[in-house]
Amino acid sequence: MISIRNVSKWFGEFQALKKCSAEVHKGEVVVICGPSGSGKSTLIKCVNGLESFQEGEIWVDGISVADRKTDLPKLRSRVGMVFQHFELFPHLSILDNITLAQCRVLGRSKKQAVEKAVQLLELVGLAEQKPKFPAQLSGGQQQRVAIARALAMDPIAMLFDEPTSALDPEMINEVLDVMVELAQSGMTMLVVTHEMGFAKRVANRIIFMDRGEVVEDRPKQTFFENPETNRARQFLSKILTH
Amino acid sequence: MAFDWSSIPGSLPILWQGMIVTLQIALVGALVGILLGTLLALLRLSPSRLLSWLSAAYVTVFRSIPLVMVLFWFHLILIPLVVGLLFPGKRLELGFITALTAFSLFEASYYAEIIRAGILSVTKGQFNAGLALGMNRRQVMRLVILPQALRRMIPLLLTQAIILFQDSTLVYVINLDDFFRKAYNVGNTVGTLNEMILFAGAVYLVICTLASGCVRQLHRKLTVPAREIA
Ligand SMILES: Nc1ncnc2c1ncn2[C@@H]1O[C@H](COP(=O)(O)OP(=O)(O)OP(=O)(O)O)[C@@H](O)[C@H]1O
Ligand SMILES: [Mg+2]
Repeated sequence: MISIRNVSKWFGEFQALKKCSAEVHKGEVVVICGPSGSGKSTLIKCVNGLESFQEGEIWVDGISVADRKTDLPKLRSRVGMVFQHFELFPHLSILDNITLAQCRVLGRSKKQAVEKAVQLLELVGLAEQKPKFPAQLSGGQQQRVAIARALAMDPIAMLFDEPTSALDPEMINEVLDVMVELAQSGMTMLVVTHEMGFAKRVANRIIFMDRGEVVEDRPKQTFFENPETNRARQFLSKILTH
Repeated sequence: MAFDWSSIPGSLPILWQGMIVTLQIALVGALVGILLGTLLALLRLSPSRLLSWLSAAYVTVFRSIPLVMVLFWFHLILIPLVVGLLFPGKRLELGFITALTAFSLFEASYYAEIIRAGILSVTKGQFNAGLALGMNRRQVMRLVILPQALRRMIPLLLTQAIILFQDSTLVYVINLDDFFRKAYNVGNTVGTLNEMILFAGAVYLVICTLASGCVRQLHRKLTVPAREIA
């Protein structure tokens, strides 16, 4: 479903990604972890073309992201993305946040879009919040709305970039629960996170990145029980003791 | 020095005519200025080097020339030239049109900078969120970024409109009868010039102070933390 092949990216002189490769098959959940600045966000943003890259290829559902002829907005409308800082639109109500792109991009009628939004708000447990504005919700609630907003587009895959790292500890689980449910429903997911509990529960594979490189890409058991590289071992010991 | 205010009540209807001209200039200048300013800000931030440069050049030129000269320039050269081309041989009363055009185009350069700052104050994350939902750049700008940018800039946009309201007195150099020039003329004719100019000044003072007070109130409202509105 998502195929990343030898992708390299430079910001000016600085090489942020070095020949990164990874595969996410349909229905798989792949977790990306690694130290700060290792290129996780950059890589995941390359997948839906929010960042460009200079070398390599990325294919999403058989479509090349880097191909100039690719209709990027159309591709993006089929891939959901959830951000660290939620990025709900603060000037729109919760309901409008979820209906905006449905109407403007997919051309759904207002009625269809509202139906879909209500259904998804129920799924994430926030049905009563729909007339409120983002700033009136807690961080955990905002992130669940953001997930609903992405799901409203009926995506074929979902990208998450540290969806819980901006949250107060007591709100992390309400978001992870939604993500676990989504994973169990068969959604294809590529998730940047340091929540190893989540990884252990639902991930198929773990990718470990360091300094712009994919250092390990292995099934979760072998990754946790027996990391191959020193770098991964050090990283794991740091985050697991915390 | 003794003041004689007795001519003021009788001349209020005439002064009011002038005030309507003043308000029209300020209102049109602000509205067209904001619309054109938004367009200029968007061009300035567009990926096209050429468009961005053109917009920057426009803004720099208008912000570097004194408004009085812009008015003269429009009055003596530009407007007669354009109207002469469009309606050859006709003699039209052009003062009002000249003022509206000059103020709109001049103010646009100031509004452009305010709105550009507003757009830049909306984070990249909001832009990415819009793109990630499949909207194109134009949709993201129109539906996500601009509404936030303009809302944030409302106090500054209004403050600029108050300045414009005061600057509109400059139309006396192109012989247009706005509020100030009507007051001046009445005072000159009746022989109470000092009183009339004092009175006109007081009217500007009251209107602008009240308007600034409203803007300050609005600013306070807009910056209340949203959680409290709940
Ligand atoms: N727009 C940019 N311009 C220049 N350098 C950038 C830019 N964005 C990211 N970088 C650099 O690229 C590297 C990778 O950044 P990235 O945000 O992908 O890391 P990350 O693994 O997501 O880190 P974190 O865990 O802190 O989110 C960092 O060294 C960062 O400084
Ligand atoms: Mg990151």
